[in-house]
Amino acid sequence: MAAEKLRHYALGVLVHVVVIAIWWAFVELGHIEPYIMPSPLATLKTLGGENYRWIANATVTAGEIFGGYLLAVIVGVTLATAFSWSRPVESAVMPLLVTLNMIPKVALGPLFIVWFSYGIFPNAVIAFSISFFPILLTTARGLREVEPDLLDLVRSLRGSRWQLFTKIQLPGALPYLFSGMKVGAILAVAGAIVGEFLGSSRGLGYLMLQVQVTLDTAAMFMAVVLITLIGVFLYGLVLLLERLIVVRDARVQ
Amino acid sequence: MTMNEPFIHLTKVRKVYRKKDAEFVALSDVTFDVAAGEFVSLVGPSGCGKTTLLKILAGLLPHDGGEVRLGSAAHSFDPSRDIGMVFQQPLLLKWRRVMENVLLPAEILGLPLRESRERARELLSMVGLAEVSDKYPYELSGGMQQRAAIARALIHDPKLILMDEPFGALDALTREKMNLELRNIWQTSGKTIVFVTHGISEAVFLGTRVVVLTSGPARMADDIPIALPDKRTLEIKTSREFGDYNRRVYRLLGME
Repeated sequence: MAAEKLRHYALGVLVHVVVIAIWWAFVELGHIEPYIMPSPLATLKTLGGENYRWIANATVTAGEIFGGYLLAVIVGVTLATAFSWSRPVESAVMPLLVTLNMIPKVALGPLFIVWFSYGIFPNAVIAFSISFFPILLTTARGLREVEPDLLDLVRSLRGSRWQLFTKIQLPGALPYLFSGMKVGAILAVAGAIVGEFLGSSRGLGYLMLQVQVTLDTAAMFMAVVLITLIGVFLYGLVLLLERLIVVRDARVQ
Repeated sequence: MTMNEPFIHLTKVRKVYRKKDAEFVALSDVTFDVAAGEFVSLVGPSGCGKTTLLKILAGLLPHDGGEVRLGSAAHSFDPSRDIGMVFQQPLLLKWRRVMENVLLPAEILGLPLRESRERARELLSMVGLAEVSDKYPYELSGGMQQRAAIARALIHDPKLILMDEPFGALDALTREKMNLELRNIWQTSGKTIVFVTHGISEAVFLGTRVVVLTSGPARMADDIPIALPDKRTLEIKTSREFGDYNRRVYRLLGME
């Protein structure tokens, strides 16, 4: 079993290595101009360039992503809980949220900049606004999906609404919450970067625009790699939490 | 006189569901008594109101007419603590181990945890699940899950167990086995059981009495005391008396 698992992971790593090797071979053997596509090594070398301020820029971008995402989880879960406790609140607020969700969040970027000026905050707000809805929707659905017979069981014991919520609804909704959080994690990364493209003075997205002017494609590649790594880290964190909290059988695949 | 007072007393119980202008009579003229410690099977086709009747007994639905009385001078009845329910699906909480699932009603009722845990252990060994009390539901077979659900229904020591086709989702062999086990559980625990099923031979095999309900219109057809030996073995199923009871129920349901 352990050997089989090891083989499974080894295969995954191997495919990554092979793709990087193909990339390298394509660039080196095909004599591709570095401003069209840099080699993996040239990309990696940019990490030494001090002008890029990788750590500072990556920290800003990560801050926007994590901040916006955390806010999305908190607001999403809170609203979903409010909906499950009050049907009138859901009936009143939900249609509005559906309409708001139809707005392409990217289109709000210029407005956010007018309201909150340049910086981390408006970008975090875009990350929030784009990742919050799937979290709200899946959590609300999870809280709603209680077996009617289970409801009867609790009612036959004259259990309180609070007991129903804490013992049945909330733990039952966790797998749904996590599936929404996984979708949200990917969206949050995209949201923060779009925010940086629209208007920013720091961050990896901002850096990409700066180096684009000088056709420093290797640095652009590196920026994409770092953004991806931040996303992978966030996604991995969510997966790890899910693994720790949700019993295997209950996970939504 | 009070000693003969029934534990459950139903007189002309009626239930009507209303949808806009249409009325649907789910139960009418249901009259029977259940003595404390009896095992009453409720049998009938789907739509005959058996589940409705069970829900009325559980206090989950109001009735529209007649009288429903639970408890007697000799056997008091507390509606919040004296009902244990078992459904067709085990409905175990996926995120709780078997032991914690069994403890759920005790938690809801706020019973002392240490004693409840002790009692849960006893119940789990009674239903043959002592070994798997630390497992999650998905690691158990359907029959084992249903046994855990039965242990859960008994954890708060209720006087009345209401079962709604509890073995309906099991395969035929497991079902036979669970029937034998349930008889044993009933005999050792001394609980009053109302058992809903559409399996006629199951109803006869398990019950001290079989109440037959028919549909369209929903009404009670008969109340048959089952005079089979107390120790119900599989041999009984081949006996002539068993066959006669079955035939009688079939006839009431218009299937002969």
